Amino acid sequence: MGGAKLHAHHVAELVRRGDLSAYEHVCQILEKIERIEDKVRAYITLIPDIALEKAKEVDRKVEKGKRLGKLAGVVLAIKDVISTKGIPTTCGSLMLQDYIPPYDATAVERAVAEDAIIIGKTNMDEFAMGSTTENSAFGPTFNPWDLSRVPGGSSGGSAAALAAGEADISLGSDTGGSVRCPASFCGVVGLKPTYGLVSRYGLIAYANSLEQIGPLTLCVRDCALLMEVVSGHDPRDSTSIPTEPKKYQDVLEKGVEGLRIGVPEEMIGEGVDPLVAKEVWRAVDTLSELGAVCEETSLPSLEYSLAAYYVIAMSEASSNLARYDGVRYGFRAPDEGMDWSSAYSKTRRLGFGPEVRRRILLGTYALSAGYFDKYYLKAMKVRTLIKRDFDEAFKRFDVLASPTMPILPPKIGEKVADPLSMYMCDIDTVPANLAGIPSISVPCGLVDGLPVGFQAMAPPLGEELLLRVGYALESQVRLYERIPVV
Amino acid sequence: MSEKVVIGLEVHCQLTSLKTKLFCSCPSNYRGREPNTLVCPTCLGLPGSLPVLNQKALEYGLMVALALNCKIPKRTMFFRKNYFYPDMAKNFQISMFDRAGGAPLGYDGYVTLAVGGTQKLVRIRRVHLEEDPGRLVYPGTIDTAPYTLVDYNRHGVALVEVVTEPDFESPKEARAFLQKLRSILEHLGVFDGGLEGAMRCDANISIAGGARVEVKNIGSFKDVERALTFEIMRQKQLLAKKVAVVRETRHWDGERRITVSLRTKEEEYDYRYFPEPDLVPVEITEEMLDQIKARLPELPDARQKRFVSQYGLPGYDAMVLTSDKALADFFEKAVAAYGKPKVVSNWLMSDVLRCLNEYNLEIWESKLTPEHLVEMLKLIDEGVISGKIAKNILWDMVSSGKSPKQIVEERGLTRIADEEYLRKLVDEVFKENPKAVEDALSDEKAIHFLVGQLMKKTRGRADPQLANKIIREKLASK
Amino acid sequence: MRVLVLGEERSRIKLIDEETVRHVAWLARLEVLDDEVEGFVEQFNRILDYFRKLDEAETEDVEPTFHVLNLVNVFREDEPFPPISPQEALKNAPKSERGFFKAPKMV
Repeated sequence: MGGAKLHAHHVAELVRRGDLSAYEHVCQILEKIERIEDKVRAYITLIPDIALEKAKEVDRKVEKGKRLGKLAGVVLAIKDVISTKGIPTTCGSLMLQDYIPPYDATAVERAVAEDAIIIGKTNMDEFAMGSTTENSAFGPTFNPWDLSRVPGGSSGGSAAALAAGEADISLGSDTGGSVRCPASFCGVVGLKPTYGLVSRYGLIAYANSLEQIGPLTLCVRDCALLMEVVSGHDPRDSTSIPTEPKKYQDVLEKGVEGLRIGVPEEMIGEGVDPLVAKEVWRAVDTLSELGAVCEETSLPSLEYSLAAYYVIAMSEASSNLARYDGVRYGFRAPDEGMDWSSAYSKTRRLGFGPEVRRRILLGTYALSAGYFDKYYLKAMKVRTLIKRDFDEAFKRFDVLASPTMPILPPKIGEKVADPLSMYMCDIDTVPANLAGIPSISVPCGLVDGLPVGFQAMAPPLGEELLLRVGYALESQVRLYERIPVV
Repeated sequence: MSEKVVIGLEVHCQLTSLKTKLFCSCPSNYRGREPNTLVCPTCLGLPGSLPVLNQKALEYGLMVALALNCKIPKRTMFFRKNYFYPDMAKNFQISMFDRAGGAPLGYDGYVTLAVGGTQKLVRIRRVHLEEDPGRLVYPGTIDTAPYTLVDYNRHGVALVEVVTEPDFESPKEARAFLQKLRSILEHLGVFDGGLEGAMRCDANISIAGGARVEVKNIGSFKDVERALTFEIMRQKQLLAKKVAVVRETRHWDGERRITVSLRTKEEEYDYRYFPEPDLVPVEITEEMLDQIKARLPELPDARQKRFVSQYGLPGYDAMVLTSDKALADFFEKAVAAYGKPKVVSNWLMSDVLRCLNEYNLEIWESKLTPEHLVEMLKLIDEGVISGKIAKNILWDMVSSGKSPKQIVEERGLTRIADEEYLRKLVDEVFKENPKAVEDALSDEKAIHFLVGQLMKKTRGRADPQLANKIIREKLASK
Repeated sequence: MRVLVLGEERSRIKLIDEETVRHVAWLARLEVLDDEVEGFVEQFNRILDYFRKLDEAETEDVEPTFHVLNLVNVFREDEPFPPISPQEALKNAPKSERGFFKAPKMV
């Protein structure tokens, strides 16, 4: 089979019409996985039997003329940080190697209710901490565009699975760029929704005040489709916005005519690979040609965003990850004769990888007596400044644009040794998480055969704007036609 | 008792009237249940689970704060209190905090306490909501068990924490406060203090010249007096020997009735409080408060006043009766059926309480009902039994729950008012006590002796008035 | 503009020492082996030094944004929902006994 791959909305349409058997479709994807998964390593857990069963069920529904869901027969890969009932959910950690949730995340429940077919759980940086998917207890995932390079992270398995044709659609999570970064590096679409738009119920927490579940898809229409399914109020998440899902697909073709797009100089200047910047400027020009009004702007407080982000994320992580003590679930070190305190310390040292340990320790320090004001509280105040800058900017612009990642996908091993230089890669993605605003990454070009992601940000609940911009750009770039055949 | 003793309390009360836990929909009636049968992803702290606040718990918390005369903040948030312990499902507790945008549900309140005939004001520092930890079971004792068993049924049950200023000067006062607090909570209808472990407290104690010592794990208000008395003795002995009292946390061992030092690193608490990101802030509007205020029931202080004005009881009686909601309810039920509040009060205050005390029961635990007490009072009024017999059968009523009529019948205790029969007995008494009969002609005291002898013969069942009459008649005819 | 590479001068300032790392490790119940401490000290100092960037931000009279949403008063009714079964509750436990989770000893 060639490279042109069916998109999820096509699959659903064909399956609903009876022109494509869900079973056949799943088989095809399983064959693809069989062929290339050894090279890509996108998955931690695959569930072919369950997927085939579910596919048969969908086909039976078609035969019987029953109502079919919006994701009928669509093969869904789920990042292994999202709880799936009866299917191991490891967070890429030894700590949860054998953990099987007794419940489904709301987003999963909703996707399954629309007849999506779960194929497996994708690889990720341990507990979503990282930007390369190298911090996984199960080994790294490789970028399908260049197997010597990282796919980005932390939802690297999800993005790689899509790029490699090992799934139609995926759910990732984005705490500081973890959906958009791998989307950018793997040449797919990734959306970080407005904070509170997609339920976090079942999303294993890294930094609760920042993160959202978000779609990774091959094209913008698929992204809109998946958002229609997973967004909307959930009473099980107190931070869920009381709103109904919108018909995101309906706005895609509205175009960008007259849209005011600002490009913050802080996000595209120094520190950004000039080749990356060049592709993003080209995309800005494309949007201008389509009628958007583009202009450079400035959000001065963005210079603090990375420090604020890491302080907040690490602090919250240190608390969120305290529950892994080997008593109720998860890994437990041999602790014969040890008191609980020593036993916990040992279990946690052996169960967590180096990056997770680093962030727990730093987060504990940042919250500890005498430092709360200096770090956590200060970061939360800086967050206010950043939010204000965005509020101001959105008075003048409908959308803000930048590169998603300041660099091209690094080589495997290149970033792992130096944590701080890895953190620096998140410089353009973390502001949206701090401000709680939606942000999309859409492929905008290639540099040396490696994809570059264009990031757009909008005010809270401005997903429709982002999808319009993304769709307009995608229609011109059509990078999805060049997705590699590994 | 020369050195001044200063005591402050931190009381944890479960909101036992709630049907579910504080942050999840698991039933909260965990007592007597098999381990880990009332748990869900949230109260087990499963990865990805989230808390959602029980609205009623907030209302109850605010009711408590208002009843303790607290100021109420306009806005507050829940915070995470981070510390590891095997009874914790997440190794942090969702609680409240008074810094960084947080506020307790109530602060700067007070409770009045009757102490030695005067009213004392106990200041309430704060009232807040938090989740109860799970239950630990040690095969053996805490220090020898080879492992620990954990049951999370209790985990997440709503607690209201009440912290006082160090305003108590004796263990007795501390106990009286707990009694009063319990009565207030029970009047609010949010709490049943009769349930095992529903009220627990920690105490801070210091004696002039020594450091402040925290005593944890005091399981009931009966224990608070014991624990504090022990701790004060211990500190005084140290001071007498000129040994410094060090600042530390001690554990009350209810079995051995001593406090023991927890000299571990555990003392270095650093809770790393920060706002709970999974819960949104709580805004307490005037409307919300007005609605709650309108629903506040009569509280012990008001009820005490009413008992004085409505029933004409002495202030002290009214205070004792309203210090226990069940007792006050008992009183009012009995009075409604019988009238004569002072009579009912006297019986409750003296014989009933003495009897309960002897059995170590609280009124609601005993089998005594207002209906039975009224029946007994009526038997006295009708002359069927004497007051003395009534006192006697009360014990049976309390322990067996039988009606007074049944007891009287079973034990043949009806009063003897058969004049013929009594005359025969009086003749016998006269025959047996010739000296006394002679004396009785001139000495009133000897008459009492003769009546007493008759009572002895009838085991107290002779109608005293009739007995008196017959004896005087017989003497007169001598 | 951003500084992506830290100057050697700045990173020499020691914000955290071995004792602090050990104390924090104890607070976090996360064992740090003797031969790891030095490495952590060095990394943490580099990272904390970068966090000092925050000191430059003018935040006097600025309220913290703990929650980005303007949501308040999200509640649930006090209505019970069936719990999960004890088998399900204990299924993931590394050790259990008679329906209890089994934790290490206390002392």
